[in-house]
Amino acid sequence: MSQAELTTAAAGRAAPSPLWALSLFRSEVGTVFRRWRTIALLGVLAAVPVLVGIAVKMETDDGGAAGHGGGGPAFISQVTNNGLFLVFTSLAATLPFFLPMAVGVVAGDSVAGEASSGTLRYLLVAPAGRTRLLLAKFSATLAFCCAATLTVAASALAVGAILFPLGDVTLISGVTVSFGEGLLRALAVAGAVALSLVGIAALGLFVSTLTNSGIAAMATTVGLLITAQIVDQFPQLHAVQPYLFPHYWLSFADLLRAPVYWDQLLDNVGLQALYAAVFGSAAWARFTSKDVTA
Amino acid sequence: MARIEPTHGSDGTAGTGEGTRRPHGRRRAVRYAVPVAVAGVAAASIGIGTALASSGDPDLPKISAQDLIAKMAKSDAQQLSGTVKVTTDLGLPSLPSGLSLGDAPGGGKAGHGSAGKDAGADTSPQAKLTELASGTHTLRVAADGPDKQRLSIVERAAEYSLIRNGDQVWAYDSKSNTVHHSTAPKDAHGGNEAPQELRGASPQELAKKTLAAVDDSTSVTVDGTAKVAGRDAYQLVIKPKAAETTVGAVRIAVDAQNGVPLKFTLSPKGGGKAVVDAAFTKVGFGKPAADTFDFKPPKGAKVTEDKADGKGGKDAKGGKGAEGGHGRDGAPDLSGMNVLGKSWTSIAELKAPGGVGSGSGAKGSKDAGPAGALLDSLGSKVSGSFGSGHVFSTRLVNALVTDDGKVYVGAVTKDALIKAASK
Repeated sequence: MSQAELTTAAAGRAAPSPLWALSLFRSEVGTVFRRWRTIALLGVLAAVPVLVGIAVKMETDDGGAAGHGGGGPAFISQVTNNGLFLVFTSLAATLPFFLPMAVGVVAGDSVAGEASSGTLRYLLVAPAGRTRLLLAKFSATLAFCCAATLTVAASALAVGAILFPLGDVTLISGVTVSFGEGLLRALAVAGAVALSLVGIAALGLFVSTLTNSGIAAMATTVGLLITAQIVDQFPQLHAVQPYLFPHYWLSFADLLRAPVYWDQLLDNVGLQALYAAVFGSAAWARFTSKDVTA
Repeated sequence: MARIEPTHGSDGTAGTGEGTRRPHGRRRAVRYAVPVAVAGVAAASIGIGTALASSGDPDLPKISAQDLIAKMAKSDAQQLSGTVKVTTDLGLPSLPSGLSLGDAPGGGKAGHGSAGKDAGADTSPQAKLTELASGTHTLRVAADGPDKQRLSIVERAAEYSLIRNGDQVWAYDSKSNTVHHSTAPKDAHGGNEAPQELRGASPQELAKKTLAAVDDSTSVTVDGTAKVAGRDAYQLVIKPKAAETTVGAVRIAVDAQNGVPLKFTLSPKGGGKAVVDAAFTKVGFGKPAADTFDFKPPKGAKVTEDKADGKGGKDAKGGKGAEGGHGRDGAPDLSGMNVLGKSWTSIAELKAPGGVGSGSGAKGSKDAGPAGALLDSLGSKVSGSFGSGHVFSTRLVNALVTDDGKVYVGAVTKDALIKAASK
């Protein structure tokens, strides 16, 4: 270890300027969002509400109601009355698979992708420390969670406003609230959905530190997602289900009750925090102690 | 090619400042201990939380069973809001709806009589409450006096709400965006009682039904205390003495302060999980906000009006959601039905409803067609002086369907059913 390296490492430790940490985060966010793959993922997510909106519009052009009898994704019967419900329908439709898959791809790629393309060691040469680099990677993934959710919500809101009337919102408890409050609730729902993705983001980051192949990390993360979803379906396995990260995903709908039913929402926040803590620290343990050869 | 290894202390956590290399394995093990510790702490706190919730029975002054029942009777808590968790496990085979044996005993026939016309998306309260007969459901209840009540069944991304305000009863199903409207009969039950469907599964209603059945064939005791929804409660245990009944015991947790039943558990004689378990997970006795009970049909929702002549049939089935809870109780209002015996061992005798559930199966069995095979697989064949028939067993209710089309249903043993049929 050269003298210069030691000094810079010491300097980095002694005066970690907050702005500097921010610039690391900014460069990570830039890396994530400049990729064509990320833009394509966001494009697919934005297309889902368009698809759902047009399908509902075509089905109900003759005056019928969509999803009559309670079939189809949640909230779909309300879409024709109020375009805002397209936001909820689209989030309910993308949350089981599209959204977490996109997050799994980004999270899985975050460390392993750099390792496989050989750029990871150059990142480590910078006197930032591995912990801070990992934090920056994780924050960038979380930023993607928010961006992905907001993409779906914004696209759905736009499509809903174009194709369907907007107006007072009927909550699922049968209470009608103003459009403004409806929008606020939609924002809260988007927040809850983005929070729901924290668990898989942490899981993906951990998997990403295990391997040097980006593809393997992505596939493993998405595979874990599917496995968890399947296990969540079997009533016989109800004992483990409350600890699976997708278990409370649909709880965002509880924000649309009057009064709001907090139990599952809080359970979801706790569970996602637990996943973030366990797999975040596991990723840290792995990443800070591993040999980076590429 | 140079290997880049972690710089000691560069992340400010593992650094000791010595600048010397420590053995790899040990350092790694220490780091991996962090996630393991986090998971362990989480598991431990979940475990401790559960243990704390179930232990710590409150210390309350002794009370006799009579006094406790009197306390329940004169409980005047009219205002209440809370969350109820209802778990029903009759041990029914899960059948496609329409074939369900669960509603065959009490309400299968009547349900089709009054509400069968719009079977697709049935928003009527009685059809909906049938769903409560199996599985676990979360209900939110609010009440302000005898004629303002609200009950919501919390579903996955949907909700079914029943609102009573004065004589108006509204039901709203968010899944299909439909509204069902009916007018509650004033004083139909003598006094200002709410329509039964509003209360079917609440611990209060179940407790009331049970206490009505208490007589000298029943032992009633107070068995310690418990904490329910954060409130201190006495445990009232009601045990039928009759040997024929399949009801093992009914436990009711009664709020020590205001006598409101907070938890209702019915266990079968055969042991195992409770058949009905209804308990408040959260409860408050403050006045709910007035607009809780306001309901206007939302714009764009499909509204169906209930015909007034459907009333008689409806009330009979009111408690059906909790049919298992009081076995013999919801049934006697049904017209065209005999009740044999009394109290815990009463057996309902009725003509098998043609075309519905078990009835059609019974006829098919003679031809040994597919329906007959189904019947044979579900029920066990019995015979006696009444002829022959099939006995269907659940964990609580047994039913005997004779080949000549009679049905005997009760929370009694098979032998008691056969004896009743042979008379």
